[in-house]
Amino acid sequence: MRNVFLFIRKYSNFLFFLLLQITALSFLFRYNKYHEAAFMNVAGEITGSINQRFSKVEYYFRLNKINEQLAAENLQLHQMLKDNYESAGGPNTLVNDTIRTDSGREIKKYVWMGAKVVGSTVSSQVNFLTIHRGALQGVRPNMGVAGPQGIVGQVLNVSDNYASVWTLLNRQFKVVAKLKNGGERGTVEWDGVSPSYVLLKDIPKSAKVKKGDSVVASPTSSMFSGFPLMVGTIEEIVDDKSSNFYTLKVKPSTNFYNVEYVYVIENTQLTEQKRLEDSTRKKFQ
Amino acid sequence: MSELLKNILRFVLFIFVQVFILFKIPPLHRFITPYLYYLYILWLPFSMSRAGLMSLAFIFGLTLDYFMHTPGLHAAACVLIAYLRPFVVNMLISQEGADKNYLSPSITSMGWAPYFTYVFVLTLFHHGYLVFLEWMSFGSFLYFIGKVIATTGISMLLILLTELLFFRKEKFRTNTV
Repeated sequence: MRNVFLFIRKYSNFLFFLLLQITALSFLFRYNKYHEAAFMNVAGEITGSINQRFSKVEYYFRLNKINEQLAAENLQLHQMLKDNYESAGGPNTLVNDTIRTDSGREIKKYVWMGAKVVGSTVSSQVNFLTIHRGALQGVRPNMGVAGPQGIVGQVLNVSDNYASVWTLLNRQFKVVAKLKNGGERGTVEWDGVSPSYVLLKDIPKSAKVKKGDSVVASPTSSMFSGFPLMVGTIEEIVDDKSSNFYTLKVKPSTNFYNVEYVYVIENTQLTEQKRLEDSTRKKFQ
Repeated sequence: MSELLKNILRFVLFIFVQVFILFKIPPLHRFITPYLYYLYILWLPFSMSRAGLMSLAFIFGLTLDYFMHTPGLHAAACVLIAYLRPFVVNMLISQEGADKNYLSPSITSMGWAPYFTYVFVLTLFHHGYLVFLEWMSFGSFLYFIGKVIATTGISMLLILLTELLFFRKEKFRTNTV
């Protein structure tokens, strides 16, 4: 017994070192697996409020860019107004009215919530945004997040007033996207090489792809609305001879360096869809 | 200014510079991440006990981790260099009893060459361990080697600049008083 105590005393520094290492590594690896919400809750509030103070300074210098982004988005929305489309003939043509004003609540599938970006990282391999809108304001994990120019990412974690969003520039984040022209679906992910490109994988070679084609978020990801949100444009087509699929280099339309306002998209019918999908999966087990 | 107050201010300042300046710089290349924050641990006084060094390094690393959403990553690397620091200092200290006569490791207390060897060795360990942990989740061996070398180069440059800009005059203290 005496020897045990002597051993502990002699190597106390080393044992303390091991203890701290194990604590740190367990934080790291457990977080990666289960994304523990409890870990970030209090700390998320504190770092969020500090981030917010700093972003106020940066924000002022970016007003110009933000204005441009919002004007561009406004223009895009104006182009899509129903009033812009009119065929000859007038009242005789049949118009399918999809908006039932009196019972709009029941069929509204996507709820958009605005949020301000208060913190962001771009230089690491796992990049995040912090937004100033949290659980008390209706944000839940796994909701989709889009910016004025296109999709941004997905909510990973929420505290009371802040939420962390992992962006396309995060090596652990994947999202289903499709080609705007052909509709072929693939997965968008980042290989960590350059922050100006993400990869669109699993597009069959039968698809017609051209440089400059648009890639949009697919509604099958069930985070983003049916309204086609841009992911980016194809910059380069990597033709891998050994596989039947293309890997496309896509330039993200969102500029992650200066995105200041984002929309959190809630899919109100997601629970029902998930329940159905889960029960279907169970039937096969 | 008392040493304690100085170190508390440094704690805050290093975290802020790292999070709000260095991490905001658009990356030049995927291998290059400018790290400077761990200089805080290299600047801590000689007189701190090893357990104290390691606990402080753990808290310091974890603070950065909360900002970066990588709980434990930087903390683990900081604890490693805090553990290795006394060994390296003992090996490199040139003047007899410099760790008693001076307050903390610096160019004045250790001399140019030993001080930068000390910084270089610990930088290499810090980045090596940090990138190794990243590499375990993704990446290739080339990524590991390339990132360690490039990041070490950038960090050494940043530390050299910091040392020249904020030259720390160390008073020679005798313990005969």
